[in-house]
Amino acid sequence: MADVTLTVDGKRITAPAGTLLIEACRKAGIEIPAFCYYPGLSLQAACRMCLVRIEKMPKLQTACTTPVAEGMIVATETDEIKQARKSMLELVLANHPLDCPVCDAGGECELQDMTFKYGAGGSKFIDIKNHRDEQQWSPVVFFDRPRCILCYRCVRVCNEGMDVAALGIQQRNASSVIAPNDKTELDCEQCGMCIDICPVGALTSDTYRYKTRPWEMTHIGTICTHCGDGCKTTLGLRRSEDGMQIVRGDNRDKSGLNGDFLCVKGRYAFDFSDSPERLTLPLVRQEDGHFETVSWDVAIKAVARGFREIRDTRGGSSIGVIGSTRITNEENYLLQKFARGTLGTGHIDHHRTTDYVSFIRALGGQKGRFASISDTASAPAVLLIGNDPTEQHPLLAWNLRTNVRQNRTRLYIVNHREIKLTRQAKAFVQIGSDSYAAFASFLSGGDSTAFGESATSLRDALRQEPNLVVIFGSELRGADVETLVKFGLSLPDTKFACLGDYVNSRGAADMGLYPDLLPGYVPVAASGAMQTEYGERFPAQPGMDLASMFEAAGRGQIAGMYIVGDDPVERLGIAPETLRDTFVVVQDMFLTGTAKLADVVLPTASLYEKSGTVTNTYGDLQGVKKAADRAGVRTDLELIVRIADAMGHDVRKLVPFGKGVRADMGQSRGAQSGEADRHAIWLAAHNLEPKLSPFDPNALLDEIQRVVAGYDFDRIDLLAGSSPQVQPASAELVQIAPPSSRPDSIQPSGDTLFTSGTLGHYSEKLNEVQAFQEKKALVAAD
Amino acid sequence: MSLTNISVDKKPEGTIFSPELAARFDKLVTLYPMKRSALIPMLLYAQDEIGYLSDAAIAEIAHRLQLTVLDVRNVLSYYSMLRTRPAGKFNVQVCTNISCMLRGGQELFEHCERQLGIGHKQTTPDGVFSLEEVECIGACSWAPAVQVNYDFHDNLTPETLDAILAEYRSKASQ
Amino acid sequence: MPTLVSHPEEVKIVSSRFGQGAAEIDRYIELGGYQAVRQAMEQGPEWIIAQMKASNLRGRGGAGFPTGMKWSFVPKQSEKPKYVLVNGDESEPGTCKDHLIFLHDPHSVIEGTIIAGLAIGAKMGFIYLRGEYRYLLTIMEKAIADAYAKGFLGKGIFGSNFDFEVVSQTGAGAYEVGEESALMESLEGKRGIPRIKPPFPAVVGLYGGPTVINNAETIATVPHIFRMGAEAYAKVGSERNGGTRLFCVSGHAERNGVYELPMGYNLKKLIYEVAGGIRGGRQLKAVVPGGSSTPVLLASEIDIGLDFDQVGQAGSMLGSGGVVVLDETVCMVEFALRTIKFYQHESCGWCIPCREGTDWLKKTLTRFHAGAGEARDIDNIRYLAENMLGRTFCPLGDAAAMPTIAFVKKFRQEFEDHLDGRPCPYAKKPANELVGV
Repeated sequence: MADVTLTVDGKRITAPAGTLLIEACRKAGIEIPAFCYYPGLSLQAACRMCLVRIEKMPKLQTACTTPVAEGMIVATETDEIKQARKSMLELVLANHPLDCPVCDAGGECELQDMTFKYGAGGSKFIDIKNHRDEQQWSPVVFFDRPRCILCYRCVRVCNEGMDVAALGIQQRNASSVIAPNDKTELDCEQCGMCIDICPVGALTSDTYRYKTRPWEMTHIGTICTHCGDGCKTTLGLRRSEDGMQIVRGDNRDKSGLNGDFLCVKGRYAFDFSDSPERLTLPLVRQEDGHFETVSWDVAIKAVARGFREIRDTRGGSSIGVIGSTRITNEENYLLQKFARGTLGTGHIDHHRTTDYVSFIRALGGQKGRFASISDTASAPAVLLIGNDPTEQHPLLAWNLRTNVRQNRTRLYIVNHREIKLTRQAKAFVQIGSDSYAAFASFLSGGDSTAFGESATSLRDALRQEPNLVVIFGSELRGADVETLVKFGLSLPDTKFACLGDYVNSRGAADMGLYPDLLPGYVPVAASGAMQTEYGERFPAQPGMDLASMFEAAGRGQIAGMYIVGDDPVERLGIAPETLRDTFVVVQDMFLTGTAKLADVVLPTASLYEKSGTVTNTYGDLQGVKKAADRAGVRTDLELIVRIADAMGHDVRKLVPFGKGVRADMGQSRGAQSGEADRHAIWLAAHNLEPKLSPFDPNALLDEIQRVVAGYDFDRIDLLAGSSPQVQPASAELVQIAPPSSRPDSIQPSGDTLFTSGTLGHYSEKLNEVQAFQEKKALVAAD
Repeated sequence: MSLTNISVDKKPEGTIFSPELAARFDKLVTLYPMKRSALIPMLLYAQDEIGYLSDAAIAEIAHRLQLTVLDVRNVLSYYSMLRTRPAGKFNVQVCTNISCMLRGGQELFEHCERQLGIGHKQTTPDGVFSLEEVECIGACSWAPAVQVNYDFHDNLTPETLDAILAEYRSKASQ
Repeated sequence: MPTLVSHPEEVKIVSSRFGQGAAEIDRYIELGGYQAVRQAMEQGPEWIIAQMKASNLRGRGGAGFPTGMKWSFVPKQSEKPKYVLVNGDESEPGTCKDHLIFLHDPHSVIEGTIIAGLAIGAKMGFIYLRGEYRYLLTIMEKAIADAYAKGFLGKGIFGSNFDFEVVSQTGAGAYEVGEESALMESLEGKRGIPRIKPPFPAVVGLYGGPTVINNAETIATVPHIFRMGAEAYAKVGSERNGGTRLFCVSGHAERNGVYELPMGYNLKKLIYEVAGGIRGGRQLKAVVPGGSSTPVLLASEIDIGLDFDQVGQAGSMLGSGGVVVLDETVCMVEFALRTIKFYQHESCGWCIPCREGTDWLKKTLTRFHAGAGEARDIDNIRYLAENMLGRTFCPLGDAAAMPTIAFVKKFRQEFEDHLDGRPCPYAKKPANELVGV
């Protein structure tokens, strides 16, 4: 819309017509205080803190409900307004308990801040305050009515943002109260958005309540370790006996790609890191079959000796390596490089939860076709096939709801169940759970009567969409993904997103944790330059996938296994005998089903205890920052480097660190023999310094950026805390073998909002919430 | 199984209301451009029949209007005439607002407290009377005024009120 | 049954059919009913609105907005259906005029509603009565059913091709619902919280459609305007204040009751002549001229004409026509407390200044009246009220603040007389019963 010019406090400011005065002022650096106004939520005009004087208006006006107008003359700092603000705060504080010294919000309370800035030093009120006892509404939410200032943010975020509507306003006058939907309890998604958005300490979380003071914590913004959406979560840390303990997860900072949003897992399920079941000492199985805790030195030597012996006696191809969906890109990259370059095996895989390979293949090297998570919040039209984002991709669900609410985006849903998001859908077509493939070909122009009229009109509508975002779940795989993508590509400007389950599922795929694909989805057969990078042990042939490795182990063909951050034994129900004759090394935080069968268990740091990068399922790359610390554990990166070192491998060939010729990563052979240090040149060209430590994840990120297709983002973006999008797309990609020739080894996690794979088992709070929700579901089913 | 609250509240079986009231509700929802408009009348009529708004009544009304129970509770708790606990058969509502106050409304209320042996929002042990001090009931020029259920009694004195209460008491024993 | 009063000074227009059995449709017709609507139908919307403007009729709910102008704000073209909403949520303490209209002349409300519908192009009207008026709803519903039976409502009313539906219902106990946007919320089955304005109801009202909302008395007056002629009606009243108004005299007058008098009628005359003076020959202390939210007038301030402008000039408001007469026995602190207790009870709780302001005014006044007041309380009460004034979400905050300011300003001495643990000088009870509140 056209801009209008107005005068605020004598200053001329310009804003697009229709902008709310409060926003226009804030953008111009004029702060107008408000409790109830919250960008993106409906207007309330309830707190009256934003009253301003507008010329020609008889009364003070709320800046939060007044759109700017040409020639408007506004005063925001007169004595009259100062008095209005001061008296408003006096009134709020009249019944506020002023228990700030023990209040969770003390120190980060909007009421405190406003009182400090605009309020009165004294109180005129001597009568008794209204009191009500604090209530616990769920395993995570507590409500303290006297502290509540009735700004209705919680009610709105639950209604409008979450579409859960678990909070209401009851009674009236000074008895008005926020009330939960199930009498005295909350039957909801337990996202805790109400807590986050509360400007005071009326809504508090069980995990943090009365634990510490905000200023006693260190606050580190990092990436949630749970689902594939990769939300930013700010962890509050406090020194504990054996490191730095996480006491809070929240989203106060709001600078992440998740904006305002955080779900139950991101907010509360950090407690696994403090679980009593956490491993902190290496374990080595003794002759009698029992684990013995040993020193790191002993453990690493045992691993190195074991792998080296197998490699040197039976060949690298008798070792299998399994990577993780929950470690960093740098670690996964290093792991596969270690597998291929140090162990000399092509048997490398990970828990695949969706078919990224077919997706990448289908796009055939086209750039600009990947939908980032932010696209889902702004695209004018979205087609969602399969998945239930409310349960599996809560941020995506939030974005889609927001997009529909604020931009009236056209949301089309195809699913075998009437998922919650269908409430926001413009059109919903329900299909059989085994009909996704058929539907994909229907979209591509197949039999038009197969799915009925509603499907046909949906297809017709989609054909009119010039800027569609197509989001699909793991229901579509292999050739069906290609069919769907082909349909999408037939429209003008379609983007796509393929939904995978864990924080770094996409990263694991991009980093080449596949037996047949190298980092950047380069087929092993087309390895080219990569082979020279990785050295002479590089296996020329594709290896075995995860399931085949265990089968081969059962047949005695796999003598060693290196399993990092995964529990395939539990997940696939692998019989213990299978690994009887295999030397198994497990790196994990817990004694998982797989770890129980290991010969050596190396306790590792969680994603909250390390630095690096992760790539969410939409290809948004984000920096992970070390927040917590736990005495005893090591990062996966450090362990891989130490094992390689103990095996006698030149660590500089594994991790490009240090200066000069010593950093020549295998450039002394082959066609490029005698060529200058390729890595050093790359660093120089990108204004980067060589890293000094082999344990510096940035050293690996340098190499990833240099060699992995699509990871050539601008480093400054990452350093600035934004999330550059990676697009693994190069001409070579078309060489990926067709789906028909590749086994479908996808195993979706089946996680809900309240589970999180193996990690979820160790989150006490998540289990508690799940039990609470199960109880509610049982009552509802009665 | 989904453990999140994504479905509307559970559908009650049949109706807990009399056939006449159920039929009235069926008609009520058709009168307005939006079903929800029938909410406040429905709550009142349900209360008239049952004596208060029970959980079952709230659930059924919510279902009839395709609202959540929470939504219905949000609304009903706003209005002072709606209650979620039983009252006496005859709810004596004494106005003590300004016009009645000037004509002895407060004294009338205190008289009721003594005569009935109960206070504001209390019910006699036999369940016949409950007492309420209420805000202006729109009978200012005929003050002091009292409403018993929906019936107005105006220009009262303690003596005339006693006679009225006696009449209700005998009605209750019939 | 409320007693009807009569006085020769009265000009009975709206009340002309009171006590005539006009709740029966045939009797209403016999008394000239349903003629105005036929005339309006023949003449069409523009003529109707022109007549309404010429009548100088101003809204009888309290704000006194010119009715004809209000109707003219409704856009002619609208995608969404338009509605007429009759505000019969009469709840302002001291006011009981709509009570009589619904009781004695329900058809005048229906007829007025149809005319308003014709004027703005609405096909549906709602008549909303306060919850306590259940027995009047029964009367209203019968009147509506009778009008349907006669073909005055429904499809093709009066044999024309114009359709008009009317639905009536009650609220369930909430003063705030008398505020027009809260009324719409309540009618839509929600909590009675006012809406943010703009948009105003004439543009976005009920169910999002343009809506005219008028007080029941205003609507009941409409057919009379057409019956009498707009100019004739205007002439009855004072300048810019057309016609008559129902004044509800309550409190300490000798003959309380609802009197219909021309706009601009002298307040002193109303009390001393029409209502027979102060009961028992006592002295007049003060008058609340237009319902509890209007600032109190001293006995020396009542020689004024009762219209919106003159009462306004006297520092109060004509309000809803509830004239509350206070004699010398009244404790003004107690009266202020009772007034604020009402607003505290009825505050919808939405905005901070009203919710907290009324609550703390009530707390302070309760303690003060009980004899535990401190000197600074008097200024604090005024400070609280002055800081609510003009800053609340809806007029309820002003309705609580304005009389409070006037009580403190005009009766400060009475407040001071309560200080230092002294019992209320006007207490009807021994002092020891007042202790310990």
